[in-house]
Amino acid sequence: MADTRTIHFTLNGRRVSAEVEPHHNLVEMLQGQFALTGARESCGQGLCGCCTVVVDGKPVSGCLYLAVFADGAELVTVEHLDSANALDAVQEAFIACGAFQCGYCTPGFVLMTKALLAEQPTPTDEQIKDYLSGNLCRCAAYPEIVNAVKMAARKTKAGQTGAPGNAV
Amino acid sequence: MTAPVTGKQIGRSLPRLEARAKVSGRAEYTHIMRLPGMLTCKLFRSTVAHGRIKSIDVSAARALPGVFGVYTGEDIKKVIPDPYYGPAFHDQPILALNKVHYVGEPVAAVLADDPHVADQAVQLIAAEYEELPAVFDEVEAAENKVVVHDELKPATTFADLKHLKGAKNTNCALDFKLRRGDVDKAFAAAAQVFEHTFKTQKVLHLAFEPHASIADYKDDGVTITTASQGPSFVRTEIARLLGWPENRVRIKVPYLGAGYGGKLYIKLEALALALSMLSRRPVKVALTMDEVFYTITKHPSTFRIKTGVDNNGKIIARKCDVWWNGGAYADIGPRVTQKSGFTASGPYDVDNVSIDSYALYTNLSPAGALRGFGIPQLVWAYESHTDMIARALKRDPLDFRRQNLLRDGRPHATGTILKDAAIEKVLDAITDRLDWERPFDRGTGTIRRGRGFAIGLKAVISPTTSVAIVNVAGDGSVTVYCGTIDMGQGSDTAMAQIVGEVLNMAAETVRIVPRDTDVTPYDMGTLGSRSLFHMGHAVRLAAEEAKAKLAALAREVGEPEGSNAPIAELFVKKFGMRAGNIVGTGTYKPDYIPPDPQTGQTANATPFWMTAGSGAEVEIDTETGQLRVTRLINIADVGTPINPKIVETQLSGGALMQLGFTLFEKMHIDGGQVTNASLADYKIPGIHDVPAVMENEAVAAYQSNGPFGAKGVGELATFGVSPAIANAIDDAVGIRLTELPLTAEALFRALRAKQGKPLEDE
Repeated sequence: MADTRTIHFTLNGRRVSAEVEPHHNLVEMLQGQFALTGARESCGQGLCGCCTVVVDGKPVSGCLYLAVFADGAELVTVEHLDSANALDAVQEAFIACGAFQCGYCTPGFVLMTKALLAEQPTPTDEQIKDYLSGNLCRCAAYPEIVNAVKMAARKTKAGQTGAPGNAV
Repeated sequence: MTAPVTGKQIGRSLPRLEARAKVSGRAEYTHIMRLPGMLTCKLFRSTVAHGRIKSIDVSAARALPGVFGVYTGEDIKKVIPDPYYGPAFHDQPILALNKVHYVGEPVAAVLADDPHVADQAVQLIAAEYEELPAVFDEVEAAENKVVVHDELKPATTFADLKHLKGAKNTNCALDFKLRRGDVDKAFAAAAQVFEHTFKTQKVLHLAFEPHASIADYKDDGVTITTASQGPSFVRTEIARLLGWPENRVRIKVPYLGAGYGGKLYIKLEALALALSMLSRRPVKVALTMDEVFYTITKHPSTFRIKTGVDNNGKIIARKCDVWWNGGAYADIGPRVTQKSGFTASGPYDVDNVSIDSYALYTNLSPAGALRGFGIPQLVWAYESHTDMIARALKRDPLDFRRQNLLRDGRPHATGTILKDAAIEKVLDAITDRLDWERPFDRGTGTIRRGRGFAIGLKAVISPTTSVAIVNVAGDGSVTVYCGTIDMGQGSDTAMAQIVGEVLNMAAETVRIVPRDTDVTPYDMGTLGSRSLFHMGHAVRLAAEEAKAKLAALAREVGEPEGSNAPIAELFVKKFGMRAGNIVGTGTYKPDYIPPDPQTGQTANATPFWMTAGSGAEVEIDTETGQLRVTRLINIADVGTPINPKIVETQLSGGALMQLGFTLFEKMHIDGGQVTNASLADYKIPGIHDVPAVMENEAVAAYQSNGPFGAKGVGELATFGVSPAIANAIDDAVGIRLTELPLTAEALFRALRAKQGKPLEDE
């Protein structure tokens, strides 16, 4: 199977390179070579959003996105959002609203919420639901998630971003 | 972040202790962990539902470059001679031996450094089977025409299973009986008798972290990191398989990407162990989501229920026959059969009750506990049935239930007196919110509306034990060792609140040690909503012991009575420097009297009763059968809510999960093969499936023998959802569905049949 190639890309603000095989997906590369486990596989079919990674500003399903396509791209994972002593406004809102239980799907929801708020700073409930409908939460913390997105929108608008400079 | 709050800790809506790790993507889960030098396992699975293994050809797989090894059940026997496991029966082989018993059963395992190589090698394995007749339906299985296992092998754990040792020609893994009063005589005397049969479908937990275990075997001991709800049980079972004392077996459990009952007892741990023994390397077995469909599911069930009422509408007799489809391996099915079975007559005050509850083997994937331990299947049936009787008697369903409700101080069907079960409050809260006494707009034309409700009763399983340790360090900081697994229910936070309450310190400063059986004491398991009560007591007792020891230390170092000197100063005074520990331990096991094997009667069936219910409003398009749940109300008696916010999230999440089981979730099975084993074909609730109005409430209640008045929460909101919606459908369009799920197709077929224009079968 060895048809390894070297790719170069930006990962969470740093220029990096990786050795990948053509069938490797982003999740495998991030976990195996960069010890980043915030994007994790669940359904393996791009349906649940647990593997969400932001590539060139667009959230993608890391379990379906081949790593070779990351060559030259700019990747952001959930690990980029917080700093040692501050969380992103979205993360703070998810905590304040209790918008998760087991937490396995949470990084995906957090990244999608960041992307939503970048496009639409004051989303309605319907816009929130439509935008997040590609993410699933088996613990079904959906009502809390909608509340968290609205709280994050208010905080972001008021400029209360916890970890400045780590924009997606 | 706000400053920690000292003083009252019970009742604080504190964010989860591990919240930051979860939102930042840094929380640890087994499925995403790796060890240096680790091999990955991929499984070759049976394609037939029942058959004798004629041959397994692994030569091509073994020859594939990069493959470390390929192993079958015969290879497993070289390191574990009797490789059968399970909590109730030792019936499940680590890899199939001689026979396969369901489609998807693991038959061979490939190990490789690269998971893709292992995957490819699995495709090169070929097995031949002599196919045998298979049985899939639980009622057919009870006829024993096709027998799944040649001989039954109960574990020694449970007294009521011993009589099944060596039993042949039977699929019945437990026949639980309850007899109260004289049910035949009462039926003969009844003014009216009603009998209905209800069915539930095969669904599954689908925790988003699929099952995963990593074993690292060394000659002097083994460490298994695993996504498990019960590390103590895993340790006992692994030690038994190895013939080792338990102190050579170390089970570590990080956070769980949820469980819902699917990660109880033993799942992949024995396989990972055996493969690590064979390879002498650390081995990770981590399933993909499609494999989870072949690992553990909820029990499909058939429930035939018969009720006799007198001239005044009083229920005088109830007969329940419940068949539980346990699949090919018993898992915890026999306990579901008994521990839920004995509440099959519902929260009603009935003098004459007969219950027969059967655990049955079939040639399907194994079934276990799923958020309710069988109770949602029972409530579905008895609350649909109760509503049907009320309608037939032209009685208001609320009035009829009130007349027959089991109230505190009255004997339950088991003979145990009901205590601290706020059933009436739950019923009142649901119907108040539904405005039940007011007229309801049922719609006109093709859009019809209806409303319904349902209530359920559960007895927490008993007897079970929890042990905890509270350790106060020289600086006064507190660490708790407890085996309860936080899989999202917020147990770490609740335990910290209990310890903080006792020791008068902010819960967020209390550390809960990640589960590791080398340091964490025994706990029976995180299941059946038992942890807050049992482990809550254990950590309370441990904290109280630590508090007493701290008071003694204060006296010893000459502090006056009532001194509030900081704890750190006491240690310095005692040891001359920051040193030492104070350790408190707590063990909790409630009283319990086992049921009489012939009658199921006992004066003490359970340490606490659980009661909850739901109300639903629905809207139906009679031209298509499309159903919308426009309002869902979930009310529960949780005793004292330790953390009201987490309680609400648990109620809401449980109800939404059950909404999926009610409206659309179903494993489609053809010849034993699951034809929709993926999230692409098996729909679970998404963000658009949340009813427009959701209301969740814990009624004001107090569990008098609970820790600070608290009791379990996790399963409660699942109880009433399915029958509440079925009852609302009947209210809207006069159609009674008796089989889950309540799909648009099922409803449309019933609507057409009612119009005298039935659709042809599929």
